[in-house]
Amino acid sequence: MSELRFEQVSVRFGGRHGMTAVDGVDLTVPTGQVVGLVGESGSGKSTLARAAAGLTPLTGGQILFNGQPLRPKRGERRPLQMVFQDPHSSLNPRMSIGESIAEGIPRAGRGGAAGRRSEVQRLLGLVGLDPQRAFSYPGQMSGGQLQRVALARALAGQPEVIIADEITSALDVSVQGTVLNLVRDLQRELNLSMLFISHNLAVVRYVADAIAVMYLGRIVEQGPAEQILSDPQHPYTKDLLAAVPSHRSPSLTPVNADPAVQAVNDAEPTDPHHLPSGCRYHLRCPIGPLVLPGRDICREVDPASDGNRQAAACHFVGELLTSGKAGIL
Amino acid sequence: MAARWLAALKTPAGAVSAAMLFLVLAMAVIAPILWTGQAEEINTRAILQGPSPEHLIGTDSLGRDLFFRLLVATGLSVKLALAATGIGVTAGLVLGVVPSLLSRRIGRLVTAFVNIAVAFPGLLLAMFFAVIFGVGQTGAVLAIGLATAPSFARLTQNLVATQSERDYIAAAKLAGVGKVQRLLRHILPNIAEPLVVTATIGAGGSLLAFAGLSFLGLGVQPPAYDWGRLLNEGLNDIYVNPLAALAPGLAVVIAGLAFNLVGEAVAETLGTPMPVSGRGAAPQRVPQASTAKPYTAAEPSTDGADSKAVLTVRDLFVSFPGPAGPITPVRGVSFSLARGEAVGVVGESGSGKTQTALALAQLVEHPGNVSASRLEFLGQDQLSSPSRARRQLLGTSFAMVFQDPMKSFNPTMRIGVQLAEVAQRHLGMNRRQALARAADRLRAVRIPAAERRLRQYPHEFSGGMRQRAMIGMGIMGNPDLIVADEPTTALDVTVQQQVLRLLSSIKEENHVAILLISHDLTLVAQVCERVLVMYAGRIVEDLPASDLAGRGMHPYTQALLAAVPDMETDRDRPLAVVPGRPADPSQVPVGCAFASRCPKADDQCTREDPQLVEREDGHRVACWHPSRGTGRERVSVELKLHAVALQGEAS
Amino acid sequence: MSIATRFVADATVSPWTGFVARRIGRLVVSLWVLVTASFLMIHLIPGDPVRAALGSSAPGALVEARRDALGLNDPLWLQYAHYLQGLFSGNLGTSMTSDLPVAQVIGDRFPATFEMAGLAFLLAVLIAVPVGALMGVLTRGGRRRPTELAFTSTSIVVAAIPEFLLAVGLVYLFAIQLGWFPVAGRSDANSYVLPVVSMALGSAAMLSRIVRVEMLSVLGTDYIRTARAKRLPNWMIYFRHALPNALTATLTIGGLMLSAMVAGTVLVENVFAWPGLGSTIVASILAKDYPVVQGVVLVYGIGVLLVNLLVDIALGMLDPRSTIKES
Repeated sequence: MSELRFEQVSVRFGGRHGMTAVDGVDLTVPTGQVVGLVGESGSGKSTLARAAAGLTPLTGGQILFNGQPLRPKRGERRPLQMVFQDPHSSLNPRMSIGESIAEGIPRAGRGGAAGRRSEVQRLLGLVGLDPQRAFSYPGQMSGGQLQRVALARALAGQPEVIIADEITSALDVSVQGTVLNLVRDLQRELNLSMLFISHNLAVVRYVADAIAVMYLGRIVEQGPAEQILSDPQHPYTKDLLAAVPSHRSPSLTPVNADPAVQAVNDAEPTDPHHLPSGCRYHLRCPIGPLVLPGRDICREVDPASDGNRQAAACHFVGELLTSGKAGIL
Repeated sequence: MAARWLAALKTPAGAVSAAMLFLVLAMAVIAPILWTGQAEEINTRAILQGPSPEHLIGTDSLGRDLFFRLLVATGLSVKLALAATGIGVTAGLVLGVVPSLLSRRIGRLVTAFVNIAVAFPGLLLAMFFAVIFGVGQTGAVLAIGLATAPSFARLTQNLVATQSERDYIAAAKLAGVGKVQRLLRHILPNIAEPLVVTATIGAGGSLLAFAGLSFLGLGVQPPAYDWGRLLNEGLNDIYVNPLAALAPGLAVVIAGLAFNLVGEAVAETLGTPMPVSGRGAAPQRVPQASTAKPYTAAEPSTDGADSKAVLTVRDLFVSFPGPAGPITPVRGVSFSLARGEAVGVVGESGSGKTQTALALAQLVEHPGNVSASRLEFLGQDQLSSPSRARRQLLGTSFAMVFQDPMKSFNPTMRIGVQLAEVAQRHLGMNRRQALARAADRLRAVRIPAAERRLRQYPHEFSGGMRQRAMIGMGIMGNPDLIVADEPTTALDVTVQQQVLRLLSSIKEENHVAILLISHDLTLVAQVCERVLVMYAGRIVEDLPASDLAGRGMHPYTQALLAAVPDMETDRDRPLAVVPGRPADPSQVPVGCAFASRCPKADDQCTREDPQLVEREDGHRVACWHPSRGTGRERVSVELKLHAVALQGEAS
Repeated sequence: MSIATRFVADATVSPWTGFVARRIGRLVVSLWVLVTASFLMIHLIPGDPVRAALGSSAPGALVEARRDALGLNDPLWLQYAHYLQGLFSGNLGTSMTSDLPVAQVIGDRFPATFEMAGLAFLLAVLIAVPVGALMGVLTRGGRRRPTELAFTSTSIVVAAIPEFLLAVGLVYLFAIQLGWFPVAGRSDANSYVLPVVSMALGSAAMLSRIVRVEMLSVLGTDYIRTARAKRLPNWMIYFRHALPNALTATLTIGGLMLSAMVAGTVLVENVFAWPGLGSTIVASILAKDYPVVQGVVLVYGIGVLLVNLLVDIALGMLDPRSTIKES
């Protein structure tokens, strides 16, 4: 059992003029599963990750590990670990790779200097690095290698849950694949639960069993990966999917003939400091009130998700209206 | 750390200043031991004498020899300055570190206090404390020490705060490392260098401040004497013996400078990145001559259609001086761009794609060096035309769009002014006409409320809007070419699509050629008709975009496609892996630069660099073993192509 | 963040209002700290300040009477209240040596200091901005190494000479040897030259280095590359695009320097026997005339705070981002 559950988690920054980066999120990362979290910059996905790791205090709700709040004491095993985006920033430049990894080994399990050394070597081997690398410094290694080291350090804590925050986006394209393969292998081998955060839907698709889509602090849709990808319900999910280019059908989504739809497509991102009333997506929604008449409910009522496995926070779930007005008239 | 300090001392400025500092410190130790007797010997027959061989800079009102007094005063001057610096650094360090250790509220209070204190100049604080601690040596040490504390505290706070935000601190927290340990093990070692530098410069400052206080009579009191005291006494007699005042002044300046310069020299060395030590598996350096061979491959077929070409470039090289010989990020790039054609340039970081774009735009800055055998834009020879004519043509017909729209607009100028100046400069419009044109262009890139937007500053735009405005600025004239360098990398996926759509509709409507530079193959394929794949400063493949999926012939092109997952990637199979890391432009190997990562590489590949040769109509490849797909069934084709390649070589 | 700031700018109240309110709030807090510190100064002195001022031979009755007159026998909070009350009514107390009101002493001496500091700052800026900007342009991107070396080393050396030592040197050379300017005192325009120059030169050297470094960093930015991509002539790139941005950055440091200059007058005034606040405070400290010291410290402190306020407001006007960046 190593289930991570978010219950009505909220994180707010700043005082009176602050912003709610994460707003009432319910999300479960089941044992041994990978949940992919996608969303644009500013959607709150990284804040959620940091909150889970205890790096950012919650303003509401709770995060439970196997039903219990996570409050590890000094020297204890840390069942939740995190891997960060920028490997150059996530390792202390003045500590050798080996020292950095050794720091993550719980005190109880260290078994003296020799035990610690052999554990570091084992971990380096696990992430496919030469154990001799323990004596190198971060400045002597490439981004891809450093990201492996960061993984090894996370594994040193003998975690059951790993939070991976954009771990491939700082890497060169030819290197990303090796890191993704490694993450997948390790996750399966060690039966880790994982919250995998990325802005790249194709990457998330490749590793995740389930997908949650985040927009302006809310999870607007979640469900099994295949279902989300093949049959998205929320218009934002559809827009995200439509925006992913593919090798095989490399064409831009055409300019929509309907000027109202086009205007919505070209709209600016909504400011997280000044959220609109009603549905947060309505200013950019191709099936919302700016395109279709009579949809004032989107302006007025916030479509809170009803908590089902594949729930979409939209008043008009299931209506195939991406093509425009024709559907409703 | 020690290594870098040593490196600093090896620079001429560092060596001179270190020698100076050593001399001052040595004198401070030795002089009081050796010459105190001479310095304090009262001689009533030699009162207030001028310089003479016996008394090098004269004597004072008690007939004491000023030269020896000057030397002996080094001891007290330096000692007091160091003591004050010690107090200041300690107090500052404590105040600087405390906010990160204590509760948020107390930390805030300390920070606010330091912020207020730091606004007051050191000398004012020193006088304030001098009043409290009383006039005299001890009072002055405390006063100057406490007066330097706030600025040191502020620096420490800032440094601690920057390090605390870095992910390795978060990682240490997750690993269960406590607050104090995080500070001692992680943060302090990483901020020690700038702190030591500042303390060194601060010691020079304390020395001067002490001289000041003593000069005012608030510091060292007779019969003790430091340089400031000597200056104070000497100034009264400046008409009789100017050296009595000037010599201690000079001593203060030299000693202050010694501390200062050592600090500056080290700071300078710290500012430049430390060369990575050669341990580990660094590839061998190759002599430059073999890599910078001039490009002599068969001319591509597009040559014949040059009259229609917007841009033609042959044998483009870009090089920069490096610590160990020139670095050549672009090594012989040749291609043409037809009117209204969209061509993508794809490559990883270090492939030279951005430098290629900058070189084509003639924006490579000193000390970069660009050469080409041919560079033509709209029929104008860019290598020989007068700069005025080039400027005019480029200003109206050649548009650039850069990666980071936030950084690429001037933050203190309104968007409208930044757009309008193009038209004012190159189209001869007046300000009003130019602004009207700017509004029209903003509408053309579908920015709502264009007139209002013109009056706004760049930071009032969102990322996507800013990039549109940047494109709008590019089409202020009537460009024939838009070079866009990673125009969507800084943007969200949905916004990326908006910007790409905009670029391609501008291309369609105005028949503009586009050179789109990106690391993302699939993105380029969405907009472009042709794709140039770059690796280590060369074009390795030039192919129609429609051929990308499955019809690429260079192993690198194939590997790039296979390594990046897309929405159709098989989830049950591991991703294809390109072993190794991208070639380092400062260490390009002999032969094919991709050979060390290529599954097909053989002896020939590591010996000879393959030329870019046309294989099919409009499809050029630089590879000794080009093939479609990766299977063995391609071997025959491969051999045939190989033969063609050899023939091409021979002719 | 950028999206956020955009909307803040569009929000109901002007960002300026908030900025000015915040800034004035900070000024008030700083003033309070300053006033309290100057009040406490006299109480932090170990022993009896009156006894110290009058000397150990003074009769006990006189000391007691003087203590009473200064209100030093009242409880601390009452003294504090009186002090604040006095400040609000412009009463800074009475000098212990001359029996003149402190406010009058300050009023007499203030113009001389203000003139010297103001002229010196003006001169420093007039030298530093053109020189620094020119050096930045000439040595951009690692060009002209020898020029850079000459400029950097000269400016480091000049900046390292403290004002009062430079003053001594200038007096020797131009007053004693050449006789061009008076040795000391404040009379005609000629008498201003040496004090102002000795105050300005070091600051000019330091400021020109800062201007150059800021200019270099601005010239390396993406938006200067954009300006070059627009094929604007060089003078437009340097004057319209680079210089304003370089000066904005310079202003922050320049402000600190200006307030340091206010304090620097203390030393230079003593070299030239300049009848300003600087020579007054030193004489008062030596004479243990604490009410005068308190008053002058307060005036210097307020001067520094006002300079900082002006700099912040100037920054807010020059840089459209800075008002918002703070929040």
